Amino acid sequence: MITQKHIAWAVGLTALLLLPLLIRLMFPDTDRYYLHLVIQILIWAFIYTGWSMMGRFGLTSLGHGAFTGIGAYVTVLLWNFAGITPWIGIPVAMLVATLAGLLVGYPCFRMRITGHYFALLTLAFTEFVRLCIIGLRDWTGGSLGTQPTRYGDGLSFYAVQFEPNRVLAYYIVLAVWLIGLMIWVKVDRSMDRYALDAASQDEDAAASVGINVTREKLKITAVSSAMCAFGGAIYGQYQMYIGPETIAGLGVSLNIVFAVIAGGIWSLMGPTFGAVFTQVLAEGLRVGLRGSETLSKLLGQSALALDTFIYGLLLVLFIIYMPKGVIGTLAERFRQK
Amino acid sequence: MFGFFSSLDCSLDIFFVEALLNGVLLAGLLALLALGLNLVFGVIDVVWICYAELVMIGMYAIFFFVQTVGLPLPLAFLLAIGLVAIAGLLLHYLVIRPVLDQPPINQLLVTGGLLFLLQAAATMAFGIEFRNLGLRLGSMNIGDMSFSWSRIITFAVAIAAVVALWQFLTRTYIGTAIRAISQDRQIMPLMGVDQKKVYLATSAIGGGLAGLAACLMVLQYDIYPQIGLQFGPLTFMICVLGGLGNMVGGFVAAFIIAQFITIGGSCVATEWGYAVAFLFFMLVIFVRPQGLFGAKS
Repeated sequence: MITQKHIAWAVGLTALLLLPLLIRLMFPDTDRYYLHLVIQILIWAFIYTGWSMMGRFGLTSLGHGAFTGIGAYVTVLLWNFAGITPWIGIPVAMLVATLAGLLVGYPCFRMRITGHYFALLTLAFTEFVRLCIIGLRDWTGGSLGTQPTRYGDGLSFYAVQFEPNRVLAYYIVLAVWLIGLMIWVKVDRSMDRYALDAASQDEDAAASVGINVTREKLKITAVSSAMCAFGGAIYGQYQMYIGPETIAGLGVSLNIVFAVIAGGIWSLMGPTFGAVFTQVLAEGLRVGLRGSETLSKLLGQSALALDTFIYGLLLVLFIIYMPKGVIGTLAERFRQK
Repeated sequence: MFGFFSSLDCSLDIFFVEALLNGVLLAGLLALLALGLNLVFGVIDVVWICYAELVMIGMYAIFFFVQTVGLPLPLAFLLAIGLVAIAGLLLHYLVIRPVLDQPPINQLLVTGGLLFLLQAAATMAFGIEFRNLGLRLGSMNIGDMSFSWSRIITFAVAIAAVVALWQFLTRTYIGTAIRAISQDRQIMPLMGVDQKKVYLATSAIGGGLAGLAACLMVLQYDIYPQIGLQFGPLTFMICVLGGLGNMVGGFVAAFIIAQFITIGGSCVATEWGYAVAFLFFMLVIFVRPQGLFGAKS
């Protein structure tokens, strides 16, 4: 039975598969830049999807900046100092992040730390990991960040390095992103999802019908932290640079949460839309505002911060007027008609 | 292998005592920072993630009044306190009030958006350079130890502010109303307390305390747009550690955290002092989610 939904998916997927060709045709000179933008969007979309696994069940974590950081740093450090290929390094990094997630999650869920307290506790965890990264500066390069050692010409299966070939990089991150969506759908259709939904509404009621709330929450935490660690590792392998502010820390955590809120937390494409929205907005504002001569004459040096200013303003307006995110609000309008 | 442990040289010498006492002085500032946030947190049940950014705005305001307008320092201080108090009022009226009925996490995030906005606004107005007023208050020397006067003044003012706030909350009508609302948000409006007014008053006082903290911070620290990120997370941690709305608890928590930072900083490296403080915070909350001195709910 082929439904409209299947056709939409087939069309969308074909378009995505042909995208590099399309970009090459449309922007023959600057295709590397546009591919870079799309790759960034897909990597972050995967990380945002990973966060929304927990976020949609009321577990608003500000700790995912720590998981992306662990993913990126463990992978790169194992490669740089022990020569261990990322094929082993990435699973190890995911394992470390999952363990860290469970270690922070278990007491939280047992002691029923929720809402503000959960957010602030995970915020402390993020700061802790960021400070450890800076403190271990002999290995991590401190606040300056570090780079994975290039293997040959920087294009290697063994070292999982693919940055020079943007088209290849695009297909790799496209596959990663699709896996992320598949995990989302799988969780969405599982019994765990209903259990977690119930627990997020009323923990006592959920426990009284036989749901092991702590175990369910730990399960989703494990999935979510492993996904974010994987996303962080892929980010590091693609960017060939990792820094405590770019892939770890509170800034990353906040960006994740904001993008998902803006996109919409309860729908499959919400986090992805959030990634498109925030990346295009940030990039568009940066290029548009810094490129404009009138603006730079008018504002001088301060034009540099105007994009962040508008970004912050939009976030505030979004949460006040569209708390369900763009996709959620549109879907609601659509249903009402 | 662990390079940072090899540099561990802590002995009970004069420098250790100096670090200990400097920790006490730092605690005064941290306690003052936590005070306003604690009040807002306890009464309105909203976290101002951008609280440290309000302090930053206050610091820039003082810089502007003194350097550009040429006002005397005390007047600039008063104006800055008033300005940040108004900022707190506006923050509540324009941003928090519309989201009061939304899930708590949205209330937290909306002020997070404001954090970006305020940082960018400061960058646009003053640039990313480090600024300072060029004040040198000197230091007090006791034996081989030295303590800067700015820290001593900060400590004294912080203590005075806690006492003054406590007097206000217990002796005045609006203060009593604020305490009542923080104990029961549902019942008090039925008893004839105007919740909206109390919230506005609380926000203004919270802002004013941020302004006061700004006055003391310009004595010690350079002003730059990201300074909030240095103090913001610490401030939340102290509030939660002390037990929300518990001002004495906040003070004790500030002392504990400050000791981790200064002793860790003098024995190993600054970031390890901070890291251990955050770790300690997490461990305490795992065991006592209500904070060290919070009442069990």
